[in-house]
Amino acid sequence: MFQHDRLNSEITLFQKIKNLDYILLISVIALSVISVFVMYSTDGGEILFHTKNHFVKLAVFFPLMIVVAFFNIKFWHNFSYIVYLLVIILLIYVSFFGIKASGSKRWMDVYFFVLQPSELMKIAIIMCLAKYYHRLKIENVNSFTSITIVLSIIFIPTIFVISQPDLGTSILIALSGLIILWLGGVKIKYFIYSFITFLISLPFIISFLKPYQKLRILTFLDPDRDPLGAGYQIIQSKIAIGSGGLNGKGFLKGTQSYLDFLPEKHTDFIFTLFSEEFGFIGSVILLIIYSIIIFRIIRIGSISRSNFARLFCFGYAFAIFIYIVVNLSMVLGLLPIVGSPLPIMSYGGSSMLATMIGFGIVLSAKINHKQMIA
Amino acid sequence: MIKSNSGIRKTDVINRRMFIIGAAKVIVFVGIVARLFSLQINENKKYLTLSDKNRIREWKLPPTRGNIVDYFGNVIAGNLKVYQLHIIPEQVENFNYLLVRLKNLLNLSDKRIARINKLKAELKPWDSIIVSENLSWSQFVKINNYLYDLVGVKPVMTISRNYPFNDVYTHVLGYVSQPNEQELLDNQTIQERFVPGMKIGKLGLEKRLENHLIGTNAIQRYEVNAYGKRINQLEHQKGKQGSKIRLTVDTEIQKACGELLNEKAGSISVMDIYTGDIIAMYSSPSYDPNLFLFGISQDEWQLIRNNPLKPLINKTLSGLYSPGSTIKPIVALSALENKVIDTKFKVKCTGKMELYGQTFHCWKEKGHGWVSLKNAMKQSCDTYFYEVARLLGVDRLNITAEKFGLGKKVLGNYFDTEKKGLFPNTKWKKNNLGKGWVLGETLITGIGQGYIQTTPLQLCMMTAQIANGGYAVKPKIIVDSNPISYEDAKQSMESGLLFDTDTEELLDKKLFKNQKNIKIVQEAMFSSTNERFGTSYKSRIDDPKYQFAGKTGTAQVKRISKRERELDLDLEQIPYKDRDHALYIAYGPYINPRYALSIIVEHGGSGSKAAAPIAKKLFKLIIDRHELRNKQPNFERITI
Repeated sequence: MFQHDRLNSEITLFQKIKNLDYILLISVIALSVISVFVMYSTDGGEILFHTKNHFVKLAVFFPLMIVVAFFNIKFWHNFSYIVYLLVIILLIYVSFFGIKASGSKRWMDVYFFVLQPSELMKIAIIMCLAKYYHRLKIENVNSFTSITIVLSIIFIPTIFVISQPDLGTSILIALSGLIILWLGGVKIKYFIYSFITFLISLPFIISFLKPYQKLRILTFLDPDRDPLGAGYQIIQSKIAIGSGGLNGKGFLKGTQSYLDFLPEKHTDFIFTLFSEEFGFIGSVILLIIYSIIIFRIIRIGSISRSNFARLFCFGYAFAIFIYIVVNLSMVLGLLPIVGSPLPIMSYGGSSMLATMIGFGIVLSAKINHKQMIA
Repeated sequence: MIKSNSGIRKTDVINRRMFIIGAAKVIVFVGIVARLFSLQINENKKYLTLSDKNRIREWKLPPTRGNIVDYFGNVIAGNLKVYQLHIIPEQVENFNYLLVRLKNLLNLSDKRIARINKLKAELKPWDSIIVSENLSWSQFVKINNYLYDLVGVKPVMTISRNYPFNDVYTHVLGYVSQPNEQELLDNQTIQERFVPGMKIGKLGLEKRLENHLIGTNAIQRYEVNAYGKRINQLEHQKGKQGSKIRLTVDTEIQKACGELLNEKAGSISVMDIYTGDIIAMYSSPSYDPNLFLFGISQDEWQLIRNNPLKPLINKTLSGLYSPGSTIKPIVALSALENKVIDTKFKVKCTGKMELYGQTFHCWKEKGHGWVSLKNAMKQSCDTYFYEVARLLGVDRLNITAEKFGLGKKVLGNYFDTEKKGLFPNTKWKKNNLGKGWVLGETLITGIGQGYIQTTPLQLCMMTAQIANGGYAVKPKIIVDSNPISYEDAKQSMESGLLFDTDTEELLDKKLFKNQKNIKIVQEAMFSSTNERFGTSYKSRIDDPKYQFAGKTGTAQVKRISKRERELDLDLEQIPYKDRDHALYIAYGPYINPRYALSIIVEHGGSGSKAAAPIAKKLFKLIIDRHELRNKQPNFERITI
């Protein structure tokens, strides 16, 4: 044990830099560059508010990622519960003193930007559960106590986020948590039972949904029922993507976005604009970059010696995957519209902050992949 | 060891579970790529179309109406550049200030200002508001001078209908104005080409020929954003001006008709007796159709509407008059054709005729003595025609009259306001009034009074058909695709056949049994104008080039009481409404006749005093213009 610690502390800054995962870094940089160009396109081919802010955020959070990476993975392991609790406190804070916008209270002003704690919870929950399962004996994984505890860890933040209200983020938080349960070894039959229970209680859940949420589900099932109202976003999004064709309309030539037909083109619908301008080929390239990122994270997880790092990497890879899938399915008309950003690409500080912290921890795991954690 | 075992087991579980997830991830990503493929590759065309539909919007501009020209190619309904003033609200810095400035510059009424404010509230900020549809040149110049101070104001040049001869052709052409809802529903073409500000025919030929005149819209294609705002122009497609339509009318003669009927109510029609071309068709008083283009003011409208001389009625086609003595040529012809009388037949006129205790007066109280057909026609002896009508009977008279076009529309369906008129017979009375025919009614029908009602154009056509030797003419006002020359028409007519352009058949157009009878009637009409004691002798022209034959008519508008007959009041002493209508029908030149005309002056008194002198003035002009008209090439073939 001691030996390992010593071995680890011997890693110099130079070695740390050398041990960074350059494939992951290059992919993230590539994604960042693309995202700045796409943001430039949403601003109508000018460097305006969104482009500037997005660039500034990248410029701040990318170094932050490196800083996070330079902390030992053990440090993140030690602080996991504290991070989780801090974010819970932030969630409680916003539920009382948060900034209210478009009917929901999910933001807080931290002077240099507006923070959305629920985005941070996406990372915090993975850290917390990874640590919990890292420490839990395999025999106790399916014990009543442990399952009760992990479910509480998942549902406490989820309920806060739902009550903001923000269904999309709460689903993503819950899914990120559940994947750690899965990886941790909770019996498959529990998942199956829960899924069946979920299906049975679905009508009941729907009756508890807010009218606008029900409308979103109805709209998803039949977007043409109100093409200028609730169905407008999804119809215009499909038109934009579909009209992109194989090669796309060309950079800055996406008429759907340029002429304002696309809603929320900076945030949740950023992929639509990208796909309209760069077509099928561009979209597939983007998916490949994301796949490389996910693959690298899994790879880092699988070479990690500690189960904390392994669980975090696998969990985070899955979370990234889920964000992408939910976002793309939404803009492609495969899922109802739930607010969920596309990692790195979408405009939004909190999402980027969380994503970069996540990458930072993954890189820390890479640098310290030989590190054992008691 | 246990711990490490447990650790290894845990790692195995994590790795195994990860593998399952990894497989699921690949499947989901493949699914997403498949979806992308189906949207972007398979359904690309569909979505491209939808995207273009989103971004491209077409703006139609008002079509340019076709010109209407007279026989000589003079434009009688054309298009004029007009200067308009538009405001584009989104470019205006201070709307109220702008309105105050414009109000002062253009003398806008408060009502107009209120209307502009209302429009501003209704329209999108980038839609232009029309402040003034028709600026005078001086106003336009003024606006342009102050343009630096009028931010958001756009002076626009556009095209509007224009009638250069003002009131001369109103009843022929009608006028154009903004369509109402019903008109949009009724006419598919208008509906398709409608744009705000577009004018359509409301009356007359403008209305009848709407689909030919309307033209096609110019189309501007713009790229628009999601809010409908134009971003940039993609394409401009020129519209096609509506068809040019050439009428048979002669503006010089039409104008002269207007001058001759100045300040009188009445109508003049002039027709080519061979081709059926309507040379002039004027209803008096008229009004200026240009007033209707930009919305007529209430005052002007009331002035037209309340004018006792009824300018809104097209008297030529819709005015129904007793023909009075102008019917006598037909009565005479019918009697001759039916061999009821011959040229030697004489009647003794004592100034009145008694029948079943009723007295029928001749206009000449002292009577005409023994009169033959020629003298009866010349002096318009009523007694003679009472007797002839009595012998002939109304049914035989009706057959001849209808043959010559009475009781039928002359121009068919070209003018929806045209009236049929009425030539009665016994059956008609039985069917419509439920009473038997009375012989006394035959007598007054014989002098053109009673139930009989004719339009001025019918009388003109009747005269033309007597003048051309008794052949049917097909009156027309539009020069159609195969115009027939005067000579051809005359020749074909004298062969007794007429080429009907509608049915494309050669038809027998003889209206007589014996052409000698037509000749007799023509001679009688000649004597009425050109021999002493003839009713229109004073209006004759001796020069054989212009010499014409005619028949006067004086139609009573009310029954003359015994007292009035004894009083024998002068025209000025009778209230306007009770004065007789003055009529005159004529054709000329007498040798080789070419044109027929009918004149009616409402409440003008006697035909010989009020109507015949007009013919004298008109004939000189008509015949002088004949050579010109004959030389006028059929310069364009126009398909209607």
